[in-house]
Amino acid sequence: MARAAFRPTASISDVIDFSRNHFELFGLPARFRLDGPVLDAAYRRLQSDVHPDRHAHADDAVRRIAAQSSARVNEAYRALKDPVRRAQYLLQLHGVDAGAGAQLPVEFLEQQLERREAAAAAVAAGDDRALTALVAEVRADTRAREERLADQLDGARAYADSRDRVRELMFLVKLAADLDAMLVTLEDR
Amino acid sequence: MALLQISEPGESPAPHQRRRAIGIDLGTTNSLVATVRHGLAVVLPDEEGRPLVPSIVRYAEDAVEAGYTAMEHQARDPQNTIVSVKRLMGRGLADLADARRFPYRFVDAPGMVRIATRAGVKSPVEISADLLRALRARAEASLGGPVDGAVVTVPAYFDDGQRQATKDAAQLAGLPVLRLLNEPTAAAIAYGLDNASEGVYAVYDLGGGTFDISILRLSKGVFEVLATNGDSALGGDDFDHRVFCWVIEAAKLPPLSPADARQLLVKAREAKENLSEHDEATIAATLAGGAVINLTLTKAIFTEITANLVAKTLQPVKRALRDAQLAPGDVKGVVLVGGATRMPQIRRAVAEYFGQPPLTNLNPDEVVALGAAVQANKLVGNRERNDDWLLLDVIPLSLGLETMGGLTEKIIPRNSTIPVARAQEFTTYKDGQTAMAIHVVQGERERVADCRSLGRFELRGIPPMVAGAARIRVTFEVDADGLLEVAAREQTTGIAATIAVKPSYGLSDDEVARMLQDSFAHAADDMQARALAEAQVEADQLAEATRSALAADGDLLDAEERAEVDVALARLATARAGHDHAALRAEVAALSRATDEFAARRMNRSVARALTGKRVDALSD
Repeated sequence: MARAAFRPTASISDVIDFSRNHFELFGLPARFRLDGPVLDAAYRRLQSDVHPDRHAHADDAVRRIAAQSSARVNEAYRALKDPVRRAQYLLQLHGVDAGAGAQLPVEFLEQQLERREAAAAAVAAGDDRALTALVAEVRADTRAREERLADQLDGARAYADSRDRVRELMFLVKLAADLDAMLVTLEDR
Repeated sequence: MALLQISEPGESPAPHQRRRAIGIDLGTTNSLVATVRHGLAVVLPDEEGRPLVPSIVRYAEDAVEAGYTAMEHQARDPQNTIVSVKRLMGRGLADLADARRFPYRFVDAPGMVRIATRAGVKSPVEISADLLRALRARAEASLGGPVDGAVVTVPAYFDDGQRQATKDAAQLAGLPVLRLLNEPTAAAIAYGLDNASEGVYAVYDLGGGTFDISILRLSKGVFEVLATNGDSALGGDDFDHRVFCWVIEAAKLPPLSPADARQLLVKAREAKENLSEHDEATIAATLAGGAVINLTLTKAIFTEITANLVAKTLQPVKRALRDAQLAPGDVKGVVLVGGATRMPQIRRAVAEYFGQPPLTNLNPDEVVALGAAVQANKLVGNRERNDDWLLLDVIPLSLGLETMGGLTEKIIPRNSTIPVARAQEFTTYKDGQTAMAIHVVQGERERVADCRSLGRFELRGIPPMVAGAARIRVTFEVDADGLLEVAAREQTTGIAATIAVKPSYGLSDDEVARMLQDSFAHAADDMQARALAEAQVEADQLAEATRSALAADGDLLDAEERAEVDVALARLATARAGHDHAALRAEVAALSRATDEFAARRMNRSVARALTGKRVDALSD
């Protein structure tokens, strides 16, 4: 990194130090359980320092670095704010790729298949109440699983063993997004 | 004394001078320009005190008219009087489902539609630039000098092509654009700074031709846009058109001439505006053929014939809340923006949906321009009280690439906070493939055909490898204006073939060059004159210095050397009499080279003179 080439605010040079992980960037412990408001406040504080609008009068080099830094802070915030992305990132920090081919339990897959069938039936019947209830059920299931995952990650620190649980959550997030899209289509009719 | 005028690097020569910053709301129906004066955002009115500029441009016989002047002629000269040009920005004829509603002579062109006028074929960018020139003139008259920086607002739901077209129009009008700002966000700035609010706010912005909804969180001086949604082809114009259709049906009118159609549309708009205050409105007109129309439109009928338009605005509202993962009850206040939100049925629908009456303490016509002025004032560097705030906005639509089978691969999802940069790797699918076509698209649909195409480019020079071995990294970068740049690079070999595209909306390079030439022809003349004047000053200084040096120390040169300098001096004098600044600069450089050795000998002589009479040991430390 060409860090010595210019001297902007201290915050910018901290942010473009790519050896720091997302948790370190926000000054937070690398854990799954995370204080949302503390993350939000740290995010706003960092953006207040590095956002290109704060350097609108600096020279081109500083403005370019401000844009890159601001984009990096946005990326880090996105990775940590959402629980499932945060779990994936935490695993990645411990050398575990949550995306790599995992074998999910048959019961889990069957349950999701049933939910998809129920959603399709609700759409066919134009029953948006049933679909809304199904979305709520998937969300509640997701939250319960996140709680169990938190114990596994922050308590037992069982990163490799958590991989399949994280994958199940990724599966549920995709399901919830698809059901949401179906709900939009149903409401637009 | 010249030396006393030297200022510190980076410091402007007059640090206390305020810079002229303006915010422009470039609307479908009306436009406004505002500035910050004594810490307060104010709209700049014309000499008659009118704050709005009707967004109408007329190409008259020998002049371009904009605003009220153009409006007066719209019914008489409909084909050369362009209204609602914002609806055409970045749009092809195929995009305009309602092309028949416009009385213009459209010319189909790749990317963006054109209009044939008596002043020639005009693109929406040029027409918008003519409108922006009028706003710029108003601002310069009011502020007493050229504008240093402008923030121009765009609907949050504008895609990349529409944004790029708006920015080009502003540049064509000679405005230094500091930022494109989303209209609802501008309104939130005006409201937030006025009321020092904290919490989640919804901005419901129904303009003349566009609808936007933005959900923002205001916290400790940070305006964070959580989600935005909308419909870039739905606005107050559509309500006028419903009334217009109702009149045609109720009066059983045959197909209308462009002039009659425009007259009736104006009457329809007046009736709509009257119904915000009264229970009924009269629509009276005499058409060119002599037919007399005299109808009464009641509030009840108006509400009924526009009910589905009102309902149509609530779908994007629901989607935005869902994307922000919030419920209507989480919203602390709803801000109404746009003249169309004066319609009582809109206010009722919004109040019902959010369970609270909307905020209307700022003028819905002015609030966007005021917010833009505040942002412009900050970006241009004028210091104010309470200016320690920051805006974090989002992109409205997902950005992606076409992959095999005509499907879209999303690289940056909608509602991502900007600036944002994201990369994804792709590979070759054939042995020895040396090029890869990259097609950039914007939209939410799975199929490329259903998304908006932003641009295509080709990455060439990939070294031949077996299929799947190349690693092509495609990087998407969206800046703080919401504008995209795409770059592609082959990773494995270290041979980096990189290309960057700015997605275009279909104006060809030639067209852009011609427009810029038209608009900057005078600026270019000015630059020539300036360059020549600078070169002349330099030539005179060097010639004078050379002559006085020859007079003082001419004996340092032998005859041949002296002749060389004299020739260079004579050539300089010849170039000085002409108008070619490049030729003059060349002669300045030649004389300078011819006198290098002479200057060095003079330096030695003056050092020797200075040393005469000094003791050697005095020099040793």
